[in-house]
Amino acid sequence: MFDPNGAYRLSPRVGLRPEPFGALAYHFDTRRLVFLKSTDLVDLVESLDDHPSATAAIEALAPRRRRSFETALASLFDSGVVEAA
Amino acid sequence: MTTPTVGTPPLVEQLKRGLDAPICLTWELTYACNLACVHCLSSSGRRDPDELSTAEAKSVVDQLAALQVFYVNLGGGEPMLRKDFFEIVEYSVASNVGVKFSTNGTYLDADAARRLASMSYLDVQISLDGMDAATNDAVRGDGSWAVARRAMDNLAAADFGEFKISIVCTRHNVDQLDEYKAMADDYGAQLRITRLRPSGRGVDSYHDLRLTNPQQRQVFDWILAHPGVLTGDSFFHLNALNAGPDATGESLPGMNMCGAGRIVCLIDPIGDVYACPFVIHDEFLAGNVRDEGGFATVWRESTLFTELRQPQSAGACASCGSFDACQGGCMATKFFTGLPLDGPDPDCVYGHADDALATIDLGSGPRPSQDHSRPGATIPGVAFTGGAIPGVAVPVPVTLIRKP
Repeated sequence: MFDPNGAYRLSPRVGLRPEPFGALAYHFDTRRLVFLKSTDLVDLVESLDDHPSATAAIEALAPRRRRSFETALASLFDSGVVEAA
Repeated sequence: MTTPTVGTPPLVEQLKRGLDAPICLTWELTYACNLACVHCLSSSGRRDPDELSTAEAKSVVDQLAALQVFYVNLGGGEPMLRKDFFEIVEYSVASNVGVKFSTNGTYLDADAARRLASMSYLDVQISLDGMDAATNDAVRGDGSWAVARRAMDNLAAADFGEFKISIVCTRHNVDQLDEYKAMADDYGAQLRITRLRPSGRGVDSYHDLRLTNPQQRQVFDWILAHPGVLTGDSFFHLNALNAGPDATGESLPGMNMCGAGRIVCLIDPIGDVYACPFVIHDEFLAGNVRDEGGFATVWRESTLFTELRQPQSAGACASCGSFDACQGGCMATKFFTGLPLDGPDPDCVYGHADDALATIDLGSGPRPSQDHSRPGATIPGVAFTGGAIPGVAVPVPVTLIRKP
C-alpha cells in the first residue's frame, strides 16, 4: 500500500526512457510497459531518491499538484515502477 | 523540456506520430529454417549469404541499447540455427536489451533449456499451431508438433518458469483454444495467440486458413474471457465488434493502433529495416542497419517512417461508425491481399471489404520481395540448397512435406 509519508525510489529493475510526452517505463521482471504521461511526473519519480518521503519530493517540485501526483505515484507503486526505498 | 498536461492530445495520437525509438522490435536473425510453415511471414528456409555477422549483430545490440529499446523479439527463420545464437542472446541480455525469442523448438534440447533458464530478461515462445499433430503439422510440417512438445517438456524440466506457447489462429485451430489454455496451465506457461496474416508464404495460404466471420467473433469473446492470454495487440481490428449494434461494451486490452514504423519495426537477417514483421516488401523498406548512421538514422529520418507518422487517411472507412475502434485494421494484411491501404481490412468484422475482395483474383496481390523458401521436402540440416547450416546438431530428424 502506497503511503505518501514513506520513502520511495525508482525500481532498479525498471528502464526509464524519456519521450516528448513524458517517459516510457519498462519493468524487466514483470515485462510491463508503463507510460508516464507528463515530464513533471518523470522529474518527480527521478527526484524521489533525494527526499525522505514522497510528500517531501512533491512539496519540492509542485505542491499545488499534490493530489494528482500522489495518485500517479500510487499507481506507479502498484505496477512496481516505484518501490519503497 | 516541459510538456503541458492540459490540452495535449491523447497518448494514442502522440504514439501515432512516432517515438524517438521503438518500444521493441522484431529482429529475424536468419532466414534459415528446418521447417517450411505454410504461413511463414518471412518465407524462410535457406540462409541468406549476406546475413549479419556476429560482430554486426552485436553492433545492432549496442545501437538498440543506446536507444533504450527495452527488448527485441528474436525470430527467423529458426533463430537457434545460428551458431552464434547464444552469443547474441547473452550479449543482448547483458546490454539490458531484453530478449523474447520465437522458436519451433527443434533445437531446444535439455542443455539449451538449462542454458536459457539461467538467463534473466529472457522469454521463450514455442510456436504450435494445433493442439494435435494433425492440425499443427498440416501447417508447420510433419513432426513439428512432436518437437514443439518436446521443447516444452525440456523447458519445464529445466525449471525455466513461465515460457510462452504461441499460436497463430486459423480456422482449423480456433476451436481448440480452451484445450490450448489447459495445456499452457499444465506447463505453468503463458498462452499467446496472434492473428494470421497474408505475409511471406502466408500470401498463398491466407485464404484457406483465415478465420471465418463467426470465428472472429468467437476469438474476440474468448480473448475478453481470458484476460491473462497474450495477444501482442494483434487483434485490434476486432475492436470494431465493440462499436456495432451488438456491442458488448468491452474492448480488447492493449494498444488499439498499428505501431508499424511508429513504435515497432522489423530488422531482417540481412539488416534491412521494414515497418513491421508483416510487410517484408520493398514498399515498406526504410533502410538498412549497415547504412551510414545505422539503425537510429533509419528509425528517425527514413522517408518511409516519416510518412507513416503523418496523419493517415481513413479513406473508405471514414463513413463507418467503427473506425475509431478498429482504425481500419492492419496495413500489411490489406497490402498483401491487394486492397487499398485506406480502406477496410480484409477481415473487417462487418464484411466491408468483401465486395472489394471479390473483385480481386486470389494470389494476384503483391508478392513478398524476397523468398528464401527451400524447394521441396527436406530433412533438417541436410537438404539445404543455400549452403550448409553450420554447427547444427539435429536431435530429431523431421521429414517435412508441405501440405496444401
